[in-house]
Amino acid sequence: MTGALLEVRGLTKHFPARGALVGRSAVVHALDGVDLAVAPGELVGIVGESGSGKTTLARCILGLTAPTGGEIQFHGQDITHLRGAARREFRRSVQPIFQDPYASLDPRWPIARTVREPLDAFGIGRPAERDARVAALLDRVGLPGRSADRRPHELSGGQRQRVGIAAALALEPELIVADEPVSALDVPVQAQILNLLAELQRDLGLALVLITHNLAVVEHICDRAAVLYLGRLAEEGPIDELFGDPEHPYTQALMAAIPYPDPERRVTAARIQGEIPSPIHPPAGCRFHPRCLVAIERCRADAPELTAFGPRHRAACHVARARADSALASAVGAAVVSTPTGH
Amino acid sequence: MTVSPLQPGWGRAVDADTDEVLVLDRVGVEFRVEDNRISAVTDVSLRIDRGEIFGLVGESGCGKSTLALAIMGLLPSTATVTGRIAFQGRDLIGLGEREFRALRGDRMSMVFQDPLTSLDPTYGIGDQVAETIRAHRDAARPAARERALELLREVGISAAEQRYDEPPHRFSGGMRQRVVVATALANEPALLIADEPTTALDVTIQAQIIELIRALREHHGTTVVLITHDLGVIAQVCDRVGVMYAGQLVEIAPVAQIFAAPRHPYTQALIAALPTSGQARGSLRVIEGQVPELSAPPAGCRFSPRCPVRREECDRVPPVAIAARGHAIACWNDPATRTTAEATVMASGVTK
Repeated sequence: MTGALLEVRGLTKHFPARGALVGRSAVVHALDGVDLAVAPGELVGIVGESGSGKTTLARCILGLTAPTGGEIQFHGQDITHLRGAARREFRRSVQPIFQDPYASLDPRWPIARTVREPLDAFGIGRPAERDARVAALLDRVGLPGRSADRRPHELSGGQRQRVGIAAALALEPELIVADEPVSALDVPVQAQILNLLAELQRDLGLALVLITHNLAVVEHICDRAAVLYLGRLAEEGPIDELFGDPEHPYTQALMAAIPYPDPERRVTAARIQGEIPSPIHPPAGCRFHPRCLVAIERCRADAPELTAFGPRHRAACHVARARADSALASAVGAAVVSTPTGH
Repeated sequence: MTVSPLQPGWGRAVDADTDEVLVLDRVGVEFRVEDNRISAVTDVSLRIDRGEIFGLVGESGCGKSTLALAIMGLLPSTATVTGRIAFQGRDLIGLGEREFRALRGDRMSMVFQDPLTSLDPTYGIGDQVAETIRAHRDAARPAARERALELLREVGISAAEQRYDEPPHRFSGGMRQRVVVATALANEPALLIADEPTTALDVTIQAQIIELIRALREHHGTTVVLITHDLGVIAQVCDRVGVMYAGQLVEIAPVAQIFAAPRHPYTQALIAALPTSGQARGSLRVIEGQVPELSAPPAGCRFSPRCPVRREECDRVPPVAIAARGHAIACWNDPATRTTAEATVMASGVTK
């Protein structure tokens, strides 16, 4: 697709498995052939259970982990083999936000120093200009000026997350990759951070890859989302289609399990069986088939490809494909029958 | 009819014949930390009936877990509990450790967020359930084992017989939490307190545990107090909800009303802060200011410094008042609170 800011193609990451019981040649299949495209200013959610590969995908995009295979293009340039100045330039443009800002902030540093650090490291502006820039950044994320001298332990969880966001913004990135940025926060604080992320997208045109297990957050803030299952992409599409009319049985099970804060809309857990298997020996065929309630013989042996269900909506499922194709065929058949006098 | 201590239904046969399972009357919990006094819970009054699933919701530090530990007699010696806590009509405050031990795991039990804190890593899961039975019942090992197997099957451990001797680390997080639930249910308690039981679990597994809690109430009539910060979980499983803020209980209502017609300004703000698809991006309700320090809490209503409809009276503690059928609220803006306060003043004037 042209015009993509970030384009991930066939991304694969295998880790050697550790531990005495798994055997010497065991491999963790964290990601297997994952595609993802993010347009400038787009908010894209990545969802899936623990062990689905969400965090590995984030780390690959950030350049913190080298993929085993596949491509990651940023502005059309493959970044997996970048070195030197080009790599530095890329690192400026893509910045992380983590779940626990406590772990990513230096406990001994006043927060102004944490926010200033990337400016110093990249030699941006004269020192006096950097101070002004830090003040502007703290203001941008809603931290009062007097908090500049505070250390992380003197701040609340929400304020620490704001510091993490200010540091991520220091280098004026085009893309932010946020891994569970609001999962540790209470609802009112979560609301503040979600509002802030939405503002940054609107005012600065930032693109955001949001990794979270919280589906309600994705539904609220994202334009599109991708559903990962055991290292593979199960489905991706616009939020309203994905949440309103999911194609993949796994997406359907996820959506049916969302505990909406609405007593009229209670979940039923019956749409999935068992738990996510080990990524060391992922099931053959469709990786979801042992838990799938509609799996057919073909699903055991033959891994489904991603196919289109709408302009930007793709899913990898034999059953959904067959259903859509037969619906299409009968619609075409009906059209043919109803227009017998066509030219 | 006599019921053997190992038969299902035994719990109901021994429990006091009262609908009031738990009654709290002006319960307060204070911690001494060095020279500070932390007022973690203040003036909490509520009543929970047999077979109810009661949700206790609030932000971290609001006192919901402290309250649970006070009920279970699990607070450290730095804590002082005041007021009255009655379980099946029996006063719990001032009860000795021996008496609490006899109650815990038998008539009342607790499930925590992390199942590994409740399970012994070196023992088979089945024996941990059986041991809870034998700690409170005069039961021979084979009989306890039979009952433990039954419980493991009931909570959804497949191949329970084969897996009876496997230690907790061989099980996934969701399965471990099921084992903890089996342990908690071993003696058919009248009261189960679950503190964030699904918070560490994936959404599909969370939905299964939610179904399990619903089924428990259905089949055993167990009274459940569910403590969570997650309003979604509250909406899914609870009958009634108590909302806590900075140690105070601000509102109690049937679950449908908490979401459809919240009355306390804090509850209203909390519900409006939830991300939903209907809410435009960037427009979630924000509560100005921060949760107060509990070493120096604001006088009166503790939400008042942040409250958009604050008034003069808010410096005094608002009494919890019945606002409508089953709906109670502590807010000076609510006519019910004002009426209750006036009635109290009148009554005290008369007695003097």
